[in-house]
Amino acid sequence: MSTDSLGRLLLTALVALILTVVPLPPWADAVRPQFLVLAVMFWSVNSPRTGGIAFGFFAGLMLDVFQGPVLGEHALALSLAAYIFVREHQRIRSKPAFQQALIVFAALVSYEFVLFAIDGWTGHPVTSLLRWAHTVTGALIWPLAAPILAYGAGRRA
Amino acid sequence: MAAFGTGASRPPQRGGSGFRFTLYAVLSVVAMYLDQRGHYLERVRYVLQGAAYPVQLAVSSPPAAWRWLKESFQTREALQAENARLRNLERDLELRAMRYESLAAENGQLRGLRDATPPVADRWLPAEIVTVQVTGLRQRLLLNRGASNGVFKGQAVLDDRGLIGQTVHVGPWSAEVILITDPEHAVPVRIERTGLRTIAVGAGETNSLALPYLPANADIKVGDLLVTSGLGGVFPEGYPVAKVTEVHRDAVQPLAQVRAAPLARIDTDTEVMLVWFREDHPAAPHNPVLSGKGDTVGELRSGDAHMQPQPATHPAPAPAPAAAAPAPSANPADSRPAPAATPAGTRPAAPQAGAPQGPQPAPRPQQEHP
Repeated sequence: MSTDSLGRLLLTALVALILTVVPLPPWADAVRPQFLVLAVMFWSVNSPRTGGIAFGFFAGLMLDVFQGPVLGEHALALSLAAYIFVREHQRIRSKPAFQQALIVFAALVSYEFVLFAIDGWTGHPVTSLLRWAHTVTGALIWPLAAPILAYGAGRRA
Repeated sequence: MAAFGTGASRPPQRGGSGFRFTLYAVLSVVAMYLDQRGHYLERVRYVLQGAAYPVQLAVSSPPAAWRWLKESFQTREALQAENARLRNLERDLELRAMRYESLAAENGQLRGLRDATPPVADRWLPAEIVTVQVTGLRQRLLLNRGASNGVFKGQAVLDDRGLIGQTVHVGPWSAEVILITDPEHAVPVRIERTGLRTIAVGAGETNSLALPYLPANADIKVGDLLVTSGLGGVFPEGYPVAKVTEVHRDAVQPLAQVRAAPLARIDTDTEVMLVWFREDHPAAPHNPVLSGKGDTVGELRSGDAHMQPQPATHPAPAPAPAAAAPAPSANPADSRPAPAATPAGTRPAAPQAGAPQGPQPAPRPQQEHP
């Protein structure tokens, strides 16, 4: 059971990672949701023992390799997001999809803020407003993505 | 985890998660600090980049498959036309190469060298572009060659028109390249017509570089060619970089606003060149880190005896006029005053570093942040 769900976790993470790095035209790239972040949030809420903070950390490390200026930046932001969702998973799980989307939005904003702050401290300041676009699209896509992820996770929605 | 808490009585998700979060947060902060400050994590990055490469290959496979399909279904006429074009091109290039050889020999004679120096590029390796990241904030390429092919960090990447960028992270089978148009990248360049040195900074668009450090009265105009100046220790001297497209001079601004378009076709290339340079060549990039230890060629193998590094009496002025005079010449390989100044000078001249450094005043303006 445990190895089975771990396999499913890795599978969804891989698909989310591919969706995150697949090349898109610039306009789509700007509003592309951070699928891997959404996957981490989903697993943290629905299966906090399988997913959770370690998953967030290693997923973030992978994101750092693909697009981070320093190793550990996304890892920190994603462990934070995972921590919030693991801590509050019972409360979040019982909410309807709309309210879940709002919580996801808030979490994505805090995630992006951590990245924003670290970018600034490490000397790669990116002040464009476009960097926040994915928080909105991520929240909008959550009600859609959660059932798909639940299907991928092999359990009830 | 339970060993750290007060035991099994505590609900595992609550206390455990806080502890684990702290652990991972500390780990990330330490990683960031090490990566940012000391570059201690090159090994970790190397391993992770190797692990990431299959994913990147998978992501890039549909476009690659499409290209392959298109190529294999090309018509006979198209192939013949391309063949004819390439044959013409080859003939032209051969003619030019012939002329180049004779010019180089003549140049060597004029300068009193015993034998003409070989070209600065020692060998090169074509590499395919696996993925492209081109946004306003990051302009990177991923190449399908890595440390197993001998690629190293800070290696120059060219295409057939001009400079593309340099490698920043090298994995076992892949290498990440920062483009010259990345906002975090800066190339030391020289205006070919006047010899004026400046720095070209990426502007975040694939078709534009900015020259932010030119005074308003600088002699520069639209159409000027920018070539690498050889400073900074990454790119050798004389490789074409960009052509000036815009010059704005504002009476109240102390600096001119200049834009240039890179010559390399950054957005259409599918293949680029990784280049290795002869370290002892006069036009090679002077890298104090690399050449400091591997510098065994202490003797004067070629060159005029009168052009030896001067004793410390008058350090800088001796090579400086010599460097200024041949700089605008069209031959890129030979515009240093003497080959004696590079390998022979560096090692024994540690106390009087002024003499051999005449043509290279700035030690490492490699990646400057404005």
